[in-house]
Amino acid sequence: MVEAGVMMENLLKLFISFLKIGAFSFGGGYAMLPLIEEEIIQVHGWLSPTEFIDVLAVSEMTPGPIAINSATFLGYKVGGVWGSIIATIAVVLPSFIVMSIIFHFIARFKDTPYVEWVFSGIRPVVLGLIAAAAVTVGKNAFIDIKSIFIAVVLFYLVSFKRLNPILAVVLAGAMGIVLY
Amino acid sequence: MLLKMFLTFFKIGAFTFGGGYAMIPIIQEEVVNKKKWVDENEFLDAIAVSQASPGPVAVNTSIYVGYRVKGLSGALACLLGTILPSFITILIIAIFFYQYRDNKVLDKIFLGIRPAIVALILSAVYKLTKSSNFGYKKLCISLAAVFAIEFLNISPIFLVIAGGIGAVIYNRLNFERE
Repeated sequence: MVEAGVMMENLLKLFISFLKIGAFSFGGGYAMLPLIEEEIIQVHGWLSPTEFIDVLAVSEMTPGPIAINSATFLGYKVGGVWGSIIATIAVVLPSFIVMSIIFHFIARFKDTPYVEWVFSGIRPVVLGLIAAAAVTVGKNAFIDIKSIFIAVVLFYLVSFKRLNPILAVVLAGAMGIVLY
Repeated sequence: MLLKMFLTFFKIGAFTFGGGYAMIPIIQEEVVNKKKWVDENEFLDAIAVSQASPGPVAVNTSIYVGYRVKGLSGALACLLGTILPSFITILIIAIFFYQYRDNKVLDKIFLGIRPAIVALILSAVYKLTKSSNFGYKKLCISLAAVFAIEFLNISPIFLVIAGGIGAVIYNRLNFERE
């Protein structure tokens, strides 16, 4: 009974964490990483920073939005199959509620400048959040000169040679086998 | 019809790698060009609204299109279709991931992949900075956000709210001055 109680408590915490992540992640994908990091690593200690990057790597290579992928993965880690279901529902629930409201009131939203104003302020913050995600991940991913080399090569290929992100991850894995 | 909507978004969810934005052109192809559930202009509205709302853009767009075609039940069908492929794939991987944790080769692969994730994120920063055309004021806000998170440990939730409210106050003052 005690174990069941602990389990329920964890599932509830998981639900609330991913509800927050879903509700405050604008701009999708990478912009939500600082928030996931805060909730999952700092507040609850559910993952180590390196484990977190590995989850990102898996999310990058599998279909679908990173938000959903990481919710499902972390949910499983914390609470098994039920955990993954609860985290996934929690992360899309705010989307569902907000989109439902917007869909019914879209005409009214269009007439006010406030919505545009709010987002003109949020957009630069989102860019900052993504850059912060790079710093956080970098702190744990750069362990030696070889890892920096891998990052520089791939940054060049993805940014300037339009290398597909999935191929980039596969290439990086191959470089890992050769270099380490 | 509901089943058809579900299957369409299931297909979209199953075959788009690389996150939300990669899904947009595929959603467009399916629901605008092939199925003709919404027209071009309305689709652009849907994208704009989806980007402005919290959560993944692809998820938001599927909810919007679902509502448009068949109300609440349509929205639920499209949402489920979009997230189920990710959910199933990741669940299977998660179950096996912890069994092969101690594999030496897998260790090396992940040592190579971790810095690549930094490269991918930086590349997103680079592309966004180029396409957003932010002036120096907005770029300062971005830098301040990085600083606040990395050194002051301020919650991203607070920063998003502060950005929104700050912009409203700023614009309101300008508006009144004019």
